[in-house]
Amino acid sequence: MNARLTYVSAAIALALLVLAPLEFHRYGLYILTQWAVMTIAAIGLNLTLGYAGQVSLAQGAFVGIGAYCAAILTTHGWPLFAAGALALVLCFIIGWLLGYPALRVQHHYLAFVTLAFSTLAFLVFRNESWLTNGTEGIDGVPRPSLLGLSTTPHLRYYYLCLFMLALVTLAMLGLVRSPWGRAFIALRENPLRALSLGVDTRRYILMAFAIGSALGGLAGVLYAPLVGLVEPPAFTLTLSLNLLMMVIVGGSGYFLGPFLGALVAVLLPEWLRGLENYYLIFYTMLVMGLLIYSPTGLIGIADRLLVNRRTRAASAARAAIGATIEGP
Amino acid sequence: MAAVLEASGISKRFGGIMAVDGVSFEVREGEILGIIGPNGCGKSTLFNCILGQLQPSEGEVRLDGRVTTGMRPCDLNRLGVSRTFQLLQIFPKLSVRENLILAAQEHKGTMMSRLLGPRDAGLSVAADQMIAFFKLGSLADELAGGLSYGQQKLLDAAMAFMAGPRLVLLDEPAGGVNLTMLASLKDRLKAFHEERGATFVVIEHNMDFVMSLCTRVLVLAEGKVLAEGLPAEVRADPTVIEAYLGH
Amino acid sequence: MANFVALLIAGLATGALYALAAVGFTLLWQTSQTINFAQGEFVMLPAFFMLAAMHAGLPFWAAILVGMALSMAILGFAFKRLLVDPMLQHGVLPLAIATMALSTFLKESVKTFYSAEASPFPSIAPDRDIHLLGVSVSWQNIAVLGVAIITVVSLQFLLNRTRTGRQMQAAAQNPTVARILGVPVERMILYTFLINGALVALTSLLISPIYLAKFSNGDTLGLAAFIAAIVGGFNQIRGAIVGGLLLGIVDNLSAAYVSTQYRGAVPLCLLVVIILFKPNGLLGRAEERTV
Repeated sequence: MNARLTYVSAAIALALLVLAPLEFHRYGLYILTQWAVMTIAAIGLNLTLGYAGQVSLAQGAFVGIGAYCAAILTTHGWPLFAAGALALVLCFIIGWLLGYPALRVQHHYLAFVTLAFSTLAFLVFRNESWLTNGTEGIDGVPRPSLLGLSTTPHLRYYYLCLFMLALVTLAMLGLVRSPWGRAFIALRENPLRALSLGVDTRRYILMAFAIGSALGGLAGVLYAPLVGLVEPPAFTLTLSLNLLMMVIVGGSGYFLGPFLGALVAVLLPEWLRGLENYYLIFYTMLVMGLLIYSPTGLIGIADRLLVNRRTRAASAARAAIGATIEGP
Repeated sequence: MAAVLEASGISKRFGGIMAVDGVSFEVREGEILGIIGPNGCGKSTLFNCILGQLQPSEGEVRLDGRVTTGMRPCDLNRLGVSRTFQLLQIFPKLSVRENLILAAQEHKGTMMSRLLGPRDAGLSVAADQMIAFFKLGSLADELAGGLSYGQQKLLDAAMAFMAGPRLVLLDEPAGGVNLTMLASLKDRLKAFHEERGATFVVIEHNMDFVMSLCTRVLVLAEGKVLAEGLPAEVRADPTVIEAYLGH
Repeated sequence: MANFVALLIAGLATGALYALAAVGFTLLWQTSQTINFAQGEFVMLPAFFMLAAMHAGLPFWAAILVGMALSMAILGFAFKRLLVDPMLQHGVLPLAIATMALSTFLKESVKTFYSAEASPFPSIAPDRDIHLLGVSVSWQNIAVLGVAIITVVSLQFLLNRTRTGRQMQAAAQNPTVARILGVPVERMILYTFLINGALVALTSLLISPIYLAKFSNGDTLGLAAFIAAIVGGFNQIRGAIVGGLLLGIVDNLSAAYVSTQYRGAVPLCLLVVIILFKPNGLLGRAEERTV
């Protein structure tokens, strides 16, 4: 896609995201903010899964760690910003430590290790009442004040989350366009060749995993004041699976995948309100079907259509040139 | 002459099969060593053992006197060893220039500096020079997947040379390439060898290619070293002729 | 001391069940590179087939056969044809993720279409204890161990002593060469799926009387199967058995000696320890260098 088209589209999207919610009711704002927060977590997981090819089933746990950081610190008077910084550092380190042993063996081990970690994290959230208040959870997580302005009104908190999403998007863009981005493509396309060219695949994978986990933590920090209550059942393996589905459905490895996937995941339960319990059955069927037809998700389908059109256009152009050359 | 690479007693067992059996040889500075042998005699396996894609069951590899047996390929690459693969392995979704930048970027600075630094890691100029050297000039921005097979082979070799390596191992570089491209490839290899003084090891089937390019030849058969010496000597060696009966 | 021995036997019984689930899991990985994250739900489901059959009026023994048949047909054959075959071309990862979706699908389906409550499930053994050498052992545990041992021995016999079994092993170790040698590789892979269908049905039959049939059983069972397979060594059937037994013993002992709150953490810690110090499992062979 040419650059100008991309900039214009981005500007339009941003304008929509900023202006449309002015008309939304409280519930609509809540859904939209939830989307923004989940997209941050999904962007992180997309880096781990889509760019570095590692299945992480622990993203939900990292969201939980971030949420508890925010809840514990803010209910003790600390600013949310401090919780954010702590969550980023903590989740990065834990992510790195988690990935290190798992990557010294076969690839799929990371999936199992993260699965185990997710379960362990839940147990800690539930059992360590002195820290997390156990099954009751921590209630009344306050929304921060920025430069004297309170973000308790839903619209203002939404703008804060949108701002953080924009920051994360820009940072990720920078990362993907840097030499790291090239290394990740190499890692994904042909790890053997990448290795022989000096790409330390293990280190890049760990980095992707650690950064992805840190972003999960950041999402958690924003999640806590959004919902107000932080309790263990919100951060089970189910959340990890949901985030994974988001990345897959959107399109794993595509930059815009997480945005689309989170949108589908947040909106679908609303649309399928009438179907009550059946929504999850329907959703998982959709995921399986999508994976069979297009493992690269919804954006993958769009990409394939675009590539087909481009290739056909290119061959048509070549044929036209050929015809004119061979002319009389 | 100093030995750049020394392999001693390399053996590789796959289940009950001895793919490589006690192979020892050295690669001397500045030479072009050819490794030939009938199909399935263990040439590629030997390469893989030396270069870290496989762990040898026995034996030792030394680079400039330093033990490198079982080192990861990326670490070896950073010590100045690069290779091409028998099955072409370029990155089709990246442009020619991007492929070349990738091939050298891991040698520039640290991971952090690469993240925060310029998008091309300062390698655009070097990449373009390499493109010119391999006479791929008009294709710099083309996706590598759109090149002809011969052009991809040239790109593959170019990638191996990008980081200015000390030692380049080429696994059947002439495979499946037409005569014109072959001449071009040979010409570029010779030019690179003369200009940069790199040391080469070449696995090949194509006898003419080997004989006209290599300064010394090693013959493998059934995983063992059969003969070794100047191209003309090896060509005339009766045991070698016998092993190659029909080739 | 008697208590300890009773715990040990109970542990072995539980372990035998984990082992059966882990063996099926390992088989699928070995022969077709399928990581089945829905293995826990596969063990949960057949019990509901059997319950439905009994509701329809069938006696217990007939319901068991129906459950087994359905399990092999749906969780074996249909699973392979509908999900695994189309997905394998895309690689190991997408298939693994598809099985994650499948696990949620099965879980929610049972919850929605059958019941969210735990249902009691009849046992094949009488609800009594016997006294052996001063130790009190339940018939339940003996039945479990008995069936498990028979199953494993039969499986080993099948794999090592019959022509089909050896063909299955060849197909698993090197499908390309096996094909050249005339082994019908596709059919061998299908057999492993059918075997897994049978194994999970058996496990379901044995485990549901103890834990009651509930839609959420798959969570713990799945995790146990994975841990058992990895602890034992992902590449060997024998490893899965050893892993399962070890896990069962550890699990039961920790229930007695560790706080109930963190009881679930013990197997997880075992997993982490193994991955750190013996990454190829207790019995696993070292794999070739990985990326």
